[in-house]
Amino acid sequence: MTEPHPIGLSIRNGSKIYPGTQALKNVDFDLRMGAVNVLVGENGAGKSTLMKVIAGVEQLNGGTIELDGKQVVFADKADATRNGVGIVFQELNLFPNLTVAENIFVGHEKTLGGIHIDGQAQRTAAAALMKRLEQNIDPDTPLGNLRIGQQQIVEIAKALAEDARILILDEPTSALSATEVEVLFRVINDLKKQGVGIVYISHRLEELIRIGDYITVLRDGVITGSRSMQGVDIPWIVANMIGSASKEFPKTVEHDLGGEVFRVEDICLPSPAGGYAVNHMSLSVREGEIVGLYGLMGAGRSELLECIMAQHPNSSGRLFISGKPVKEKSVSGRIRRGLALIPEDRKRDGLVQIMTIRENLTLSSLYDFTRGFHLSLKAEAAKAAEFVKRMAIKIASPEHPVSSLSGGNQQKVVIGKALMTKPRILLMDEPSRGIDIGAKAEIFRTMRHLAADGLGILFVTSDLEEVLALSDRILVMANGKLTGQFPAGANAADVVSAATPNLNRVETL
Amino acid sequence: MSSIDAAGNVKTVIGGHRSRTSALLLLLHMRTFVALILVFAFFAFAAPNFLTTGNMLIVSKHVAQNALLAIGMTFVIVAGGIDLSVGSIVGLCAMVAGYLVLYGIDLGFLGIGYSLQFNTIEICLIALVVGVFIGWINGLLITKLNVAPFIATLGTLYVARGAALLFSDGRTFPNLAGNPDYGSDTFRIIGSGTFLGLPVSVWIMVVVALIAAYFASRTPLGRHIYAVGGNERGAALSGVNVDRIKLFVYMFSGLCAALVGLIISSQLQASHPATGETFELNAIAAAVLGGTSMSGGRGRVGGTIVGAFVIGILADGLIMMGVSSFWQTVIKGLVIIAAVVVDQVQQKLQARVVLQQNAN
Repeated sequence: MTEPHPIGLSIRNGSKIYPGTQALKNVDFDLRMGAVNVLVGENGAGKSTLMKVIAGVEQLNGGTIELDGKQVVFADKADATRNGVGIVFQELNLFPNLTVAENIFVGHEKTLGGIHIDGQAQRTAAAALMKRLEQNIDPDTPLGNLRIGQQQIVEIAKALAEDARILILDEPTSALSATEVEVLFRVINDLKKQGVGIVYISHRLEELIRIGDYITVLRDGVITGSRSMQGVDIPWIVANMIGSASKEFPKTVEHDLGGEVFRVEDICLPSPAGGYAVNHMSLSVREGEIVGLYGLMGAGRSELLECIMAQHPNSSGRLFISGKPVKEKSVSGRIRRGLALIPEDRKRDGLVQIMTIRENLTLSSLYDFTRGFHLSLKAEAAKAAEFVKRMAIKIASPEHPVSSLSGGNQQKVVIGKALMTKPRILLMDEPSRGIDIGAKAEIFRTMRHLAADGLGILFVTSDLEEVLALSDRILVMANGKLTGQFPAGANAADVVSAATPNLNRVETL
Repeated sequence: MSSIDAAGNVKTVIGGHRSRTSALLLLLHMRTFVALILVFAFFAFAAPNFLTTGNMLIVSKHVAQNALLAIGMTFVIVAGGIDLSVGSIVGLCAMVAGYLVLYGIDLGFLGIGYSLQFNTIEICLIALVVGVFIGWINGLLITKLNVAPFIATLGTLYVARGAALLFSDGRTFPNLAGNPDYGSDTFRIIGSGTFLGLPVSVWIMVVVALIAAYFASRTPLGRHIYAVGGNERGAALSGVNVDRIKLFVYMFSGLCAALVGLIISSQLQASHPATGETFELNAIAAAVLGGTSMSGGRGRVGGTIVGAFVIGILADGLIMMGVSSFWQTVIKGLVIIAAVVVDQVQQKLQARVVLQQNAN
């Protein structure tokens, strides 16, 4: 890095407050042109908020943004686009039913007289963009026919079509194959040479080290490290990501672990893209043990839990509870055997939003209150009230719709529902996602108590700090495979390395 | 009253726990019932013979048919589906019953020169099995073959109607008096008999409604229907057998439709293949008027019954007042739209009240 890159955009003292939390605290951020500025931090650290501010999707509550030395305020995304800022979101915003060219120009079509879409001009321009991105994609292809990596390129082309000089890529590689990643990196290098300032967000540290020129680390809305990429290694990144002072995690409740309560052997799930989403996974959980399953997005962790919960008929493998094979093929059968799942997406999978709190709590255990046909509403209400108390769910009445609760309380309802089935193994997929710090601490305490009572817990998380602090044993998954196994108190850098197996370890040591 | 206040979902009964709702919310909550009282009171004044016993019996007979279909429809809609085939099932089952009363089953094809004859109960059972069977086909198409409910039941709408026409080559089966030798002369009772002064068809409606209301609120099966309609994936992950629930609701809807087919052919003492055309729309209207949400998960049997009465009384009263049938159609449409608009207002208001309570 002999020649310094000019600063294209800078934020000074930027703050962003959402109801209840401060997502950004007095952030100073410099975006350098003709370079890749990587941004790293744990979920909820404020990366996405920072990028949304730059892309005009959100506005700062305090502080200033300067573009080319002039102070600017982006009123909305269109405003930012006019000023040359383009963003490619993690979830693609494309239309599979339209062609590549139509997708690139959707919303700002090339027209004749403002009415007639000039298809020929769009095709020509799209073809030129594809050439610039070194892609052999016909502009007339329906987007839905492209591979996901190619769709990502189209999304980038869309940003470039609006003359983006600053391009934000939010976890662009989470859905890509290794070869598609190579293509993307080549494209990024070319754009860099053309003077485009790139912001690159990723959890894959080895990627960051490979393509980054400058790195910024965020933690809890504060920038904890910012420097040129030279000499940066994984321990430095991890140290800045999770810091030394840990959040409040409950102390381990001392108790002896029992025998093995749950074992899975050789679980395989074919992936629609070819290969395996879950690749010959085996693991076991002991009574009273909390096993943390760490990995990046797309590592196959959620899919593994779904296989265990009978959600993938085309998966294979064997399950054992206390040594006895689980042959049940239905969810209700597996619940009866003592498995319970807390799904990752509460709204979509965990709750029936329009039903009451009581009805949600008892949904998996209705037959406990039933004689013959008859469901005893009295017994049901009593049980619901008991669990509201036990889980310390804050509600005005169990008869209110569950949708009226906060995220943390909704999560407690989901956990309460699972516990009501008297499980022996609790599978928790990202149990702390989307809930505030207070509720998080409560949920962690609950997990500790449940383990102390002899429950085996297998929980999935992308939060490094969480997996290190909560687990009695840490398993790491990457690309559908088990890539690491650590005892409690493992070194954070080792865990991260196991989760990013493509990394050349020599480089970092 | 709790079985009638079906339109909304502020359930306040358990444990004597009453949520504080504003008077307006209560009024909105009971709106279908309020509408029924208003409509009833209006015609009592405006149409001279409206309140006579004779007229009330006629109205209740009409309402019973639509209400039966609407009960089945309510279950289907609550489970997140729709059943367009019920009108055709009515027609087909009427034809099956008519054919059996007139001819029995000719076993000539076996070379025995003998035909099977059935008594009333057997005829009814066979017709009901046909209705349940078509519901089962609907359910299979929707669960196993993943056909959208609208399309699957649109298909069976045509197939069942065509089958009804094929039965008689489009002709009517007349004179279904039955034959005392076979025990089928009692067939007329279903549609035109009375018990304790009320038409048998009304009793059938009452019994089906009570059973359905019980199932909806006091059995795991009923709760599962609401869960499937509210969040299918969430229900499945909670251990609910979603496919079985869907099969059940379509089969139940088919059963209700078959009952209506029997009632009509018995009442008219004739079976016409066009019987029940567009009945599905009236059934949907009654369910929606009674507070059933088209997006699933919300709706009560009691509300649907009240909805069916509103539609029935409106139609009957307007006829008695001599309002043109064209205007009747317009008015029915307006009432349905108004019901849904009021429903939206209530939902919003209720969400606000609950939020306020949580804030306290």
